[in-house]
Amino acid sequence: MEKKNCPKKHELNRREFLKVLGVGSAVTTAALYGCKTGNTVSAEGGMIGEVPSGQMTYRINPHTGDKVSLLGFGCMRWPLKKHANGREEVDQDAVNQLVDYAIEHGVNYFDTAPVYVQGWSETATGIALKRHPRDKFFIATKASNHRQGARTLQDGIEMYRKSMRELQVDYIDYYLLHSVGSSIKDFNDRFIDNGLLEFLKGERKAGRIRNLGWSFHGIQEVFDHVLNMDIQWDFCQIQLNYQDWRHADPRRNVNAEYLCAELAKKNVPAVIMEPLLGGRLSRVPQQALALMKQVHPEQSAASWAFRYAGTPENVLTVLSGMVYMEHLQENLRTYSPLVPINEQENTILEQVTRILVNADYIQCTECQYCMPCPYGLNISAVFSHYNRCVSAGRLLKNSHDDNYRRARREFLIGYDRSVPKLRQADHCIGCDVCRPRCPQRINIPQEMRRVERYTEQLKQQLDF
Amino acid sequence: MLKKTRVVIAGLFFLLITLLFLDFTGSVHMWFGWMAKIQLIPAILAVNAIVLAALVLATLLFGRIYCSILCPLGILQDLVSRISSRRKRKKNRFSYARPKNLLRYGILGIFILSLVAGFGIVVSLLDPYAAYGRMATNFFAPLYRWGNNLLALLAEHGNSYAFYSTEVLVKGWLTFGIALITLIITGILAWKHGRSYCNTLCPVGTFLGLLSRFSLFRIAMDTQKCTQCKACEKKCKSSCIEVNTFSIDHSRCVACFNCLGKCKFGALKYTAAKPAKRAKTDPQAEQPGLSRRDLLSLLGLLTLSATVKAQQLQVDGGLATIEDKKVPDRKTPITPPGSLSAQHLKQHCTACQLCISACPNHILSPSRKLSAFMQPEISYERGYCRPECVECSQVCPAGAIQPITPADKSAISIGQAIWIPDNCIVNRDSLPCDSCERHCPTGAITLVERDPDHPKLKIPAVDKELCIGCGACENLCPARPFSAIYVEGNVRHHSI
Repeated sequence: MEKKNCPKKHELNRREFLKVLGVGSAVTTAALYGCKTGNTVSAEGGMIGEVPSGQMTYRINPHTGDKVSLLGFGCMRWPLKKHANGREEVDQDAVNQLVDYAIEHGVNYFDTAPVYVQGWSETATGIALKRHPRDKFFIATKASNHRQGARTLQDGIEMYRKSMRELQVDYIDYYLLHSVGSSIKDFNDRFIDNGLLEFLKGERKAGRIRNLGWSFHGIQEVFDHVLNMDIQWDFCQIQLNYQDWRHADPRRNVNAEYLCAELAKKNVPAVIMEPLLGGRLSRVPQQALALMKQVHPEQSAASWAFRYAGTPENVLTVLSGMVYMEHLQENLRTYSPLVPINEQENTILEQVTRILVNADYIQCTECQYCMPCPYGLNISAVFSHYNRCVSAGRLLKNSHDDNYRRARREFLIGYDRSVPKLRQADHCIGCDVCRPRCPQRINIPQEMRRVERYTEQLKQQLDF
Repeated sequence: MLKKTRVVIAGLFFLLITLLFLDFTGSVHMWFGWMAKIQLIPAILAVNAIVLAALVLATLLFGRIYCSILCPLGILQDLVSRISSRRKRKKNRFSYARPKNLLRYGILGIFILSLVAGFGIVVSLLDPYAAYGRMATNFFAPLYRWGNNLLALLAEHGNSYAFYSTEVLVKGWLTFGIALITLIITGILAWKHGRSYCNTLCPVGTFLGLLSRFSLFRIAMDTQKCTQCKACEKKCKSSCIEVNTFSIDHSRCVACFNCLGKCKFGALKYTAAKPAKRAKTDPQAEQPGLSRRDLLSLLGLLTLSATVKAQQLQVDGGLATIEDKKVPDRKTPITPPGSLSAQHLKQHCTACQLCISACPNHILSPSRKLSAFMQPEISYERGYCRPECVECSQVCPAGAIQPITPADKSAISIGQAIWIPDNCIVNRDSLPCDSCERHCPTGAITLVERDPDHPKLKIPAVDKELCIGCGACENLCPARPFSAIYVEGNVRHHSI
């Protein structure tokens, strides 16, 4: 029976693929386990394999010649722990461990911002990086004045100087205008009218900013406007993954295919964010996973997404917010070195995308820009729980489903486990404070109603 | 043999009744809810003639088996007494004691008077079933739930949904104190004197004793065979066997059958007997030995205070602190749907806490008011009376909360929502909010424009004809610590 599942064509592909990956023969044997009779190789460690050192794929920045690792470390989700006084704080030991391991295995790009991790990210990243030679890493941080009420030049400069202090550096490798894209007026208000962009250009000239760029979330009009301004941008940070390549929601974002092509025309390298869509592409629905597993039974959905994001030549680095060592190790494996997505795999991903866009996901990437909610809701946790149920195929379409009892129990118990009652969707008052903050332009209160309605249907055991 | 049967049945009953108070899923109530309903005082309060007749008949036939196998407080004392007997040189620690008739009949008298006069506090303090219920709710249920939460934690790690965690709360510290004192008193009495609580203080024991002296089956002593070794007397936890005079006080015998196996000469038998001689009794009222008032004033010192926290925001992520809600000052208490009125509840409730521990929404707590002392009262700080739930009405053994269905409940108005403009965040923070309107299950709340200049700012208008007082609006209102909309109880429930 197992033989039937392993057609000759696939077997060849896999063999080739693994050869390129450069993993030892033990892995190959393990991967072919199902097709071989009487094998004697134990699977211990073989299935995952070593984390390769010195094989990371690097891309060259055409403007400064920087040799940037394809895997970039996103510092917006550092591990947290509970302090003795009950409050949360960054787990600095864990951060140091992750950063050391990453640098040891070839990662050299670290992306942070003054507002990340409740404002603690720059400090924690700075402490971890201070322990390494300055020429071993590139640091990226941002002008995060999009949420602040005060947008004067003085405030902008103060934020920039503070970033240097927190990061304990005297120059910044990559400085970004944070989250550009909601409107041209907003862009002018933040960077042009107050003269902040002129100041930053001056800093670039002085060498304290080595690369000046911007991160984009929003509508095409703004993207075109900013890209075509009379300034050479050194890089641009965009959202790219196989779903957003051609199926970005036009109300929220622009197809990555377009963004990537436009950037290439202007010789602006792309830094990639959301390669996993906030983790959603690592937890795809069963049927989508089956498509991928048929080709590479040993590869995770996440590794497909990372390979996809790293494939375009114009991509400088792909950011991943890695909280767990296992995620870091897996991503290191994927990019050491990168095996670009081929034609056949691309076809598979198109099929996967079709399944994803038809699923009931709330388009949340869990970036938490919307939080803290003034009324205490844990917005990203609510959406995450809902999306997980979609991924697991446990979102009930109607109450007569054969799976009803089980799916109901799992949804309700899981909901209480992942979100405290007082922070659940039914406490949303629809004040709309969060809405303008969402880079994915999600109508958060409306999606909260959706989760609440579904929860109530299950709680009251209503017919639907 | 008789003793073993008694121990097995009693153990089973005790376990299941305790489980009634521990269970928070509602499944045990469905199967074993009747066990609470056959308790004597609840049956009297519910005017459950069948149960009453059955209990009277059983006692007339077999003696006070009720005390031995049905009463959870009695069995708890047996447990304590048994442990006490395990001590060295305490195996045969009992001896005959004279009945304290003045005390027992005095208390029974006061109890009956209170029952008739509707002085609920005395009834609920003396009802052995309710007393046990308070202990189970306050001491055993938290332990049980902690245990469950531990399993839930493990289940969560194992990605299983077999267990889910639940809140562990002591719902009223005053009631907790009463339960603790009751436990200490019964515990000490049982440790030292076996069933002396049942034969001096407990009105149910005294009442059944009146019947059991005429019971058909009873322990009989064969004076021919008796060698006066006193083995039985030393083993009698009711201290009702007087070997010197070859007499057994059947009004105090709880039919535990411990004595039967102890007699090596076969002088004791449980058998149908001729009517016994009447013991001299003089039922006269007297003040109870316990000064409850003193206890109450002492306990009144125990109060709860909630902490108030501030909040701040600026950067990505993080969670705003959520302040605890505070209980509003209600003119009329809210009572559970099915209880008809505060008056009806007061008259029938024995304050056993079964409804309070069964409520999955944590809205019931024991009242601190003297007129409804320890009886359930609704407040919406932790949840609201959810539309699909009728748990309390299903479990009530005393008919204080009549059984209703969710459909019935959706049309029973237990209170009225009242809006407090100064607390409302629409007024306070000038933010739009539709929480109360959106969550009202009967559509009793409509949002109306506050003023023509701000079309987005809308304030609630309550339709009193449609409001059922479920508290969804109050509980989910974002204003804290006091909600901007709260429920005032209805003196009498009515349908909408």
